[in-house]
Amino acid sequence: MEQLTIAGKTYRSRLIVGTGKYKDFAETRQAIDASGAEMVTVAIRRTNIGQDPNQPNLLDALPPSQFTILPNTAGCYTADEAVRTLRLARELLDGHALVKLEVLGDPTTLFPNMPETLKAAEVLVKEGFQVMVYCADDPIQAKMLEEIGCAAVMPLASLIGSGMGILNPWNLRLIIDNAKVPVIVDAGVGTASDAAIAMELGCDGVLMNTAIAHAGNPVLMASAMNKAVQAGREAFLAGRMPRKLYSADPSSPTTGLIGKN
Amino acid sequence: MELHINGETRQFPDRDAAFTVAALVAELGLAGKRIAVERNGDIVPRSQHGETALAGGDRIEIVVAVGGG
Repeated sequence: MEQLTIAGKTYRSRLIVGTGKYKDFAETRQAIDASGAEMVTVAIRRTNIGQDPNQPNLLDALPPSQFTILPNTAGCYTADEAVRTLRLARELLDGHALVKLEVLGDPTTLFPNMPETLKAAEVLVKEGFQVMVYCADDPIQAKMLEEIGCAAVMPLASLIGSGMGILNPWNLRLIIDNAKVPVIVDAGVGTASDAAIAMELGCDGVLMNTAIAHAGNPVLMASAMNKAVQAGREAFLAGRMPRKLYSADPSSPTTGLIGKN
Repeated sequence: MELHINGETRQFPDRDAAFTVAALVAELGLAGKRIAVERNGDIVPRSQHGETALAGGDRIEIVVAVGGG
């Protein structure tokens, strides 16, 4: 299957997965292996001073030598907080420049604050970051982010962690049709068919966390998502048949039926 | 010396030699761990931990990667 290229690096998998909300690091690793994802998101947080410094570290379970680590700015509500967090991430990951920018608008919806997102993107691109950016499903602002120099635009399909699926396929199509950088649907996918629908729309990839981590069986759902993303991509490339709203079209021959004469 | 580390105020005994970021990281048991350090809002690159001296009242952030989406 053709590969996904983001910021000059190619990936076989079009599924990007988060690492939050799992029971433990072993389950995280098993689910990510089943998902086939090569790129995984992580959050940046204060270390617990005074607690056992030898407790396991996420990056031991997911070594940067095996996965592309995508540090995020989850929990940031201003451009300044997001930029500061990603500078720390770059230091933490030895100069790694590929990041996920998200600047949130409010804690109830976790909807992006687009003015702050645009501001942060400008600063980060100038500082040499390769920015994959969580954004509203607004084709105009997605284009602005592309023009700033973001490496990928990542519109939400529905609210983060909601599992509500693809609520506005029309807006996503407008973004996809206009974009010259990869479009990754980020947030809202609930189950495998949602991921397939996103890919059938022509998205370059899907990013998800809760749909896998909060599934009844996260490892099995990760495997389902792996297949759904591949199936959706192949269906998009194959091109679906036209919809016939008011007439059927038999698949079997209409001639040679027995007993007709 | 009083330092504000990850939002907590902590006292460290006065010492003859400079108290560096590297010494602080070691004292916290974090030497060799995957961490990043910020001092008063600016990144302290790992290569400079040994030569960056701390001053009383410094605001230090020490971060790690955790699970997130």
